[in-house]
This record gives sequence, C-alpha cells and structure tokens, in this order.
Amino acid sequence: MDLQLRATLKDGGGRVGLRDLRRAMLYIGPSLVVFILFVFYPLVKSIRLSMHETNIIGVEKYYVGFSQYVEIFTAGNFGENLWLTLLFTIYTVIPGLVIGMFFAYIANWRLKGIGVFRTIFASPLVVAVASASMIWMLIFNPSAGILTFFLSKLGMSQVNWLSDPKWALISVCVVSVWRSLGFNTIVLLSGLQTIPEQLYESARIDGAGPFRQFKDITLPMMSPTLFFVFIVSMINALQTFGEINILTQGGPAGATNVIVYSIYREAFFNFHFSYASAQAIVLFFIILVLTVLEFVILEKKVFYR
Amino acid sequence: MKKLVVAGQYLVLVTASLLLLFPVLYAILVSLQNAAESVAYPPVFIPSQLNWQSYVKAMETAPVFRFIFNSFVVSAIVTIGQLITASLAAYAFSFLNFPGRNAIFYIFLSTMMIPWEVTIIPNYFTIRELNWLDTYQGLAVPFLASAFGTFLLRQAFMTLPRQLYDAARIDGCGHFRFFLTMVLPLSRPALGTLAVYSFLMTYNQYLWPLLVTNKDTMRTVQIGLAMLQWDQAAAWNSIMAGVILVSLPAALLLIAGQKQLVRGLTAGAIKG
Repeated sequence: MDLQLRATLKDGGGRVGLRDLRRAMLYIGPSLVVFILFVFYPLVKSIRLSMHETNIIGVEKYYVGFSQYVEIFTAGNFGENLWLTLLFTIYTVIPGLVIGMFFAYIANWRLKGIGVFRTIFASPLVVAVASASMIWMLIFNPSAGILTFFLSKLGMSQVNWLSDPKWALISVCVVSVWRSLGFNTIVLLSGLQTIPEQLYESARIDGAGPFRQFKDITLPMMSPTLFFVFIVSMINALQTFGEINILTQGGPAGATNVIVYSIYREAFFNFHFSYASAQAIVLFFIILVLTVLEFVILEKKVFYR
Repeated sequence: MKKLVVAGQYLVLVTASLLLLFPVLYAILVSLQNAAESVAYPPVFIPSQLNWQSYVKAMETAPVFRFIFNSFVVSAIVTIGQLITASLAAYAFSFLNFPGRNAIFYIFLSTMMIPWEVTIIPNYFTIRELNWLDTYQGLAVPFLASAFGTFLLRQAFMTLPRQLYDAARIDGCGHFRFFLTMVLPLSRPALGTLAVYSFLMTYNQYLWPLLVTNKDTMRTVQIGLAMLQWDQAAAWNSIMAGVILVSLPAALLLIAGQKQLVRGLTAGAIKG
C-alpha cells in the first residue's frame, strides 16, 4: 500500500501544529470514535476477558492469567476444532480458486453478450448465507433431496449429507465454495483484464497454443491477484459461521465445530465468556499473521515480472 | 472453423451458467410448486401449474416484508453513515496536513486486520449496556465507520488535480466548502462504489443481527428466514418463496450497480 502521502496543501506556510490537528480531528473524529468504541476497546476487553473468570452475564470476577489458553491447548476440543477449521479452509479455498479461475477465464472471452454471463457468474454474491444454506438444505435432503435422486440414478446409495460425520464437513464446504464463486470470479476476471493483449499476440506469433499461453502468460501475470484471492478466501473460511449455524449446528458429534461456531456456542449458550474470548484471541493472531503476510508479499510484489 | 469455436465457447458459457445457477433456478421452481410437489420423491422439477400460494403462505408464516423493511433501514443507516464518516476521514488524509497523519492512517488500516468475530463478545456487552438490543441503532452503530471505505475514497480524492484546490483557495473557499462543493461531486463514482458495497454487505449480515435481535418485529431478513424453517406447517415451497423474496432486493442491486460493485470488490486486488 502506498503510504507516501502526497505533498500536502498547507495554508499560509509555517509548521504543522496542534491547530492543524484540531481541525483534522473534525474530519477524522467520527470514524475514530466508532473504531475506538467498537474495534479497539473490544479487542482489549477480549484480552482482559480471556484472563478473568466471569459470571453468567460476563462481569469479570477474578484474574486467572493464561490458564484459559493452557486449557484450550491441553484439554477440551479446541485442538480438534482448530484442525477442523484448517480442513474446512483447505477444502473451500482450493476448489474456490480453481473453479473461480475457470469461470473468470471463460468470462474473459470476447463475445457478444458476455456481460450477461459475467452478471450470472457474479450472482452467488447476492445470495446471502442464510438463503444459500436453506437452498442447499433442500438439495441435501437425504430422503427426498435432488442430490440423492441424481446419485441414485448413477447407482449410488443414499448418503445423509448433513447428519453423517463423514460427510457433514464436506457438505458445508460445498455451500461455502458455491458462495465464494461470485467474489472469486469477479476479482480474478478483473486481474485477467489487466493482462496486455499484445503478450498473447506475440505468443501466438511464436506458435504457442492456448495451454502454453495460459501457463506462461496468464498464470504468472495473475499471481498477485491469485494471491490476493487466496488470502481473502482463507480469512473468510476461517470466519465461517452462517452455513454451520443453519445446516449442522457444529454437529454431528462436533464434526463441523469450527472455531467461530465454537466461540459462539461457548459465549452465548454456555456463558463461558472467558474461555470463548481466549479462543477469539487465538483466532485473531492466526488472521493477523495471514493479513500481515498478505501486505508484505503484495507490497514486495515478489510475484511480479 | 471460427464459427465452430464461437459456438463451442457459447456452449461452455451456457453450461457453466446453468451449473452455477442450478441451486437458484431449482429454488425458484420449488417455490412455484404446491406443498405436495415440493416434498415428493422422486423430486418434481416443473410445477404442474404456477402456484403463487407459496408466496402468500410465506408472508403469512413470517412477517417477510417487515424483515425486508428492517434490513433496508439498517442498511440505509450504515451506508449513509459510512459515506459521511469515510469521506470526511479520506478528505483529511488526502487534503489536510497535520501531525501524526501517517500514524493515524495506519491505525485506520489496522482495523481491517481485526476480524469482527474476535470483538463480538465485548460488543454484545456494550450494546446490552446501552439498552440497544432489538433496536436499529444496536444493529447499525457499530458499523458506522469503515477503514475500507476510507481507503477507497482516499484513493479517489488523491486523483483530483491539486490546481483545483489552489483555485478554490484563491476564491476564498474554506476546506469544508471545498470538500462539499468540489471534492464530493467530483468523486461520485467512488462514492457510488462504497454505497453499493456497504449496502449489500449490511443487507446480507448474519451473525451480528442474530445476537442483538430477539423480537420478531426487529429481525432482519437473514435471521427472519429461519422462522420459516422452524415452522412445522411450512413446506419447502413456502420456505423457498421466502428465500426468493428476501433475495430479490439484493439481486436487483447487483443488476443495477454491478459496475460499482465490481470496482469495490477489486479495489484491494488491483493496485492503483
């Protein structure tokens, strides 16, 4: 990100001082107040909560230090939940990228009416998580669902997609991948459109076929965009909640109990705010590392040219 | 040969569209079936006759229009609020000189690294303290500022020519008037991008409204949908009718504001 702010406009010369700060505060103040109240204060408060035992309405009772963190990593299901979250992330990010890349590639063909197809490919974006989950619940319905019907035509036996521990996570992943395709396609398509056409022309003159062109021009030129989508998808996957809450409630037998869902259950059903906050802080650090990685790598543009 | 390739490309595009849209198309078909058809096995695809009753049933089972109204109110408050706070802050970061400007800009950016899920527990406590559970302000106020929006608008403001400001100064125009009469009107495309983006994001919110609303009259669309699912009397056709109803406004927004939305979503990916 370009933090070299441009040469600024100074009224009447002289050094910048408190008067300038006071005037700037009129402009920055409103945002800053919201950020302090609803981002920074709660972050600090979460850290405090994770180190205090609380009562049932969340009032801190006594200091317990890092014991919640020790408990997270030694007892209970947190390790398992972290592993599930990781699996969930892999199962959604990779297919989302590959399928999104395919959609972006065909949406970049120069044809009449391609705009209509681009709108269609963007459309999963507007189907919100609850709506999408309801539709897929209908599709996954084991006794009368359409998926069971198609599979039985292919000679496969009935699967309880959402209530079989072997399949529940995969089923939720399918919904997540479908939902991510709108965003992935739009962003990857915009990346494709920045590749200069001349590159392909000279490749064609050199006799490179479509596959060579894709491998030697499209993929290298796309790597910053692919990396951006990769990181954003990863962060989104780590924060998945809606699909889980509607389709499986973390079940069956904890098979889909990903971190954010576990935080939600611990805090708002078991009123174990301290334990839930410690999990939230761990999630915070995981996402922080990913975001910093994104900034550093995009900043250096190591993939570029 | 050329024609054959083009025909092949269209075939691929249409097939891909049908596969991607299949869940939505299927939902529309089921919403037009009668209750018996929607639970039949083997599944029925084409309804025997267009059955709009399911939409009536959906609206009777749950106050669908109330949910849509609530979501519109909250989305409108958040959108207008973000346009105001983000454009003011973006102006300061691109046209004012003040001590600590870079540091404060970094503080703004850092909020993008703090996932909302990490802060929900204290935020829930805050809203409860304020007695804002089941209110529009409880749903909207935490989202009234946006680092992403500030960043997006700052990029747009910085493309305005510097001479513009010099000329305004010579005419005796102060900062705020310059902001209102020159910067904002000239940055309409970027403001439009932020508006479409934040409206859609708020309209589709799930976790926060789930926590801070309990009364049916305050539910937003995504939470309200679940009411249809819980109701034993509601069959799949009316649940799907509800899904289609609440998704319509967002779909219209995509068609009307696709250009703005694409610009917003790609703002982080393509460096200007």
